[in-house]
Amino acid sequence: MYDVAVIGGGIVGAFCARELVGYKLSVVVLEAADDVCAGASRANSGIVHAGFDAEYGTLKAKFNIEGSNIMERVSDELGVKFKRIGALVTAQSGQEERIRHLYENGLKNGVKGLQMLDGDAARELEHNLSRNVVSALYAPSAGIICPYGMTIAAIGNAMDNGAALKCGFKVSSVDRTESGCALHSESGETICARMAVNCAGYGAQRVAELFGDRSFKIGARKGEYILLDKSAGAFVSHTIFSVPTKAGKGVLVTPTVDGNLLVGPTSVEEAEHDVAVRRCGFEEIRSKSARTVENIPFGQTITSFAGVRAYCDRHDFIVEQSAVAKELYNVAGIESPGLTSAPAIGRYVAERIAEALGAEQNLRFDPHRKSMSWFAELDRDGKNEVIKRDPAYGAIVCRCENVTLGEILEALRTEPRPHTLDGIKLRTRAGMGRCQGGFCQPSVFNILMKEYGYKAEEVTKNGGKSYIITGGEL
Amino acid sequence: MKRDIVIIGGGPAGLAAAVAAYDAGARDILVIERESVAGGILKQCIHNGFGLTRFKESMTGPEYAHKFIQMAQDRGIEIMTDTFVTSFTKDKRVECMNADGIFTVQAKAIVLCMGCRERSKGAIDIAGTRPAGLFSAGTAQKYINIEGYLPCKRAVIVGSGDIGLIMARRLTLEGAQVACVCEIMEHSSGLKRNIAQCLDDFGIPLLLEHTVVEIHGKERVSGVTIAKVDKQKRPIDGTEKFYECDGVLFSVGLIPENELTKGAGLAVDGRTKGCIVDGDRETEAEGIFACGNVLHVHDLVDHVSEEAERAGRAAARYAAGKYKSKRYINTAAGDGVSYVLPQKLDADGGEPQKLYFRVNRALRDATITVESGGSVETYNRIAVAPGEMESVTIKPQILIGADGVKISVKVRGE
Repeated sequence: MYDVAVIGGGIVGAFCARELVGYKLSVVVLEAADDVCAGASRANSGIVHAGFDAEYGTLKAKFNIEGSNIMERVSDELGVKFKRIGALVTAQSGQEERIRHLYENGLKNGVKGLQMLDGDAARELEHNLSRNVVSALYAPSAGIICPYGMTIAAIGNAMDNGAALKCGFKVSSVDRTESGCALHSESGETICARMAVNCAGYGAQRVAELFGDRSFKIGARKGEYILLDKSAGAFVSHTIFSVPTKAGKGVLVTPTVDGNLLVGPTSVEEAEHDVAVRRCGFEEIRSKSARTVENIPFGQTITSFAGVRAYCDRHDFIVEQSAVAKELYNVAGIESPGLTSAPAIGRYVAERIAEALGAEQNLRFDPHRKSMSWFAELDRDGKNEVIKRDPAYGAIVCRCENVTLGEILEALRTEPRPHTLDGIKLRTRAGMGRCQGGFCQPSVFNILMKEYGYKAEEVTKNGGKSYIITGGEL
Repeated sequence: MKRDIVIIGGGPAGLAAAVAAYDAGARDILVIERESVAGGILKQCIHNGFGLTRFKESMTGPEYAHKFIQMAQDRGIEIMTDTFVTSFTKDKRVECMNADGIFTVQAKAIVLCMGCRERSKGAIDIAGTRPAGLFSAGTAQKYINIEGYLPCKRAVIVGSGDIGLIMARRLTLEGAQVACVCEIMEHSSGLKRNIAQCLDDFGIPLLLEHTVVEIHGKERVSGVTIAKVDKQKRPIDGTEKFYECDGVLFSVGLIPENELTKGAGLAVDGRTKGCIVDGDRETEAEGIFACGNVLHVHDLVDHVSEEAERAGRAAARYAAGKYKSKRYINTAAGDGVSYVLPQKLDADGGEPQKLYFRVNRALRDATITVESGGSVETYNRIAVAPGEMESVTIKPQILIGADGVKISVKVRGE
């Protein structure tokens, strides 16, 4: 029996769990996939939004601003790279009014440092901006962060402070009990908890309905992206937005915190969770981005992918105790700016649940987690010292991203532990570079087999039946 | 640490450069290799056909590599394995990392032999999902030939470069089926002998002017959609066809690995994706040479060895201080030619110069024209193709008074 079961190991579940262990509560995170960070949290723009576009008075606005304000501290505690590089929302002829509206909304929300710029002033700030840009809203407080790095770090920090994690636990039925609820998985396991926090992303409607709560509907919006090599990472130095629409913030062009260039997302309504990139998606990304940034070097593309954003029919975040089932707390419809908001949402939810369960603060809670890039950030002497102690840090496995064997072994032995090639990739960047694992995949494959004693046929890309080898041993 | 010649990379180029530098008198040579064994990509190329041009015998990749490793060992040349070069500078400081730590080697001359990498599947626009079972052809080759696993049971191969062709045969021999090889161009970029021996002999269809437009499958790939393309290489609606497979191998081009080169501030030719070099394969940075696939992608290792020997000899001369300044004239790619290498020549070199070039389309009965100053020389070829590197050797006299050398190719009589 746990005090709290957090359903969903994405960014929202991660921060709910991390903040919940700040109280004297036993917490378990239930993740349907074979690794955490399997849904929208691993495939999004990685933007810490300044908070000018969330409409004043909404939960989105509240949590966006709060989340952005604490991001330095949170990223520092969790050892996640975060850069406040600033954003420009660019207007084409005829869109000036809408930029003005964003500016005023941002002021009401309390966003600091907002400035209206004319086209030339914007181009002064960002040389590759299109000549068609007539004005821009400059938000210096916007930033970039690694979304999967932050999710994994927050779950890891929760686990370091006592939270349990169960992957491959897809909640398929629920028994509401006097003391809370019993959650049953597809594979027949049961977890009991006094309260459940529904952070299931796209699955949040399904989970709520298992509790008899039919108060909201979740839709899926697919966003396709093109990722460019680090050689193109400095093509822009701010996050460049176009004017937002109902369907989202539009196609943006941004450096990532790890130094690549990211262009996207598109916005496609989907009847179900589908991460297939459309044939027309490439052209849409190229033509839409060209309106804001000229001559993006798409020849340096290293991959393309899609993520699915879950949104709800209330057009705001749902962060509330269920009106139908008091043992259920819904945190649903967390679309953009969900990544920015997650630390603030987690804190808010933890406070409410601690209050409901009468839990005291956990004074032994340690908010700090060792940075996943601590070795890469050392100077030469520091690295030499580490290599002297452990020569595995002197052996580079991923030559594009300079990831060492030592870092991979460390990731394998750090919670939440990866069991798949993608799991190692998300934690270490091995295979994330320009050759996309062409050279290092067989090496990482061998490391995984050795670490867990897997047979070759058991190693997967990202769990389930995503086997790497299907033809057997020769 | 100080060394006369540091060779970055212990593949075929690095080994040949080291041996040639030694034979030209250099003794203090260090080859730095990131893997545990020298030989580079040849280690996993267990098919034969290596060395036909150079040694008039057919060897496997490991045999060809072994020949050079043996030559290096016979000469006592040091090959430092499991060691990564993390950067180098124009003043020839080479930063390295291995299990002993990070250290710097100050060289008198450097030879860049880092080879190339495969263009990733992600670099091309392919719609659909991103399941397991998508491999670059070289990665699949490593799984089979080095690791000993068959990565799939039924494959589609995208791209008909040599590695794709070789892998079609390799998979077939190991018991997998190959549904087809598709190629977006109207011709294969692979060697003609590989098309005959790897596809035709096994009845594997080659679909020219076809490309994969969509990948299917959630966890593991379950098939691909292949469509015919028009002259602009755009898929033609209505020509899509589904091919069931549990593996897709991508052989969609090779890219010289010049990240270290760029890091040192050396310019890279947009066409060859390698350094701009002269006949000695000296780059714009004095005493830094480049050869093999890091300079431009070769189709035969025999040519890599030849080029590397040239660079190795020059590096030995440079390290010994026996190098004179040069007066350059440029080479240029004329009609029908996509690039010429080297990009510049020493006008006063006084030696015959071998110019390598690639044509940009397949021709029969071709005439190659070399224009230099007032002189025009022509050479005939029965057939030329972009997949097969051509060369001509020009006499030093024709460079005298010339301000450039231009090579063009056309159909004879046109």
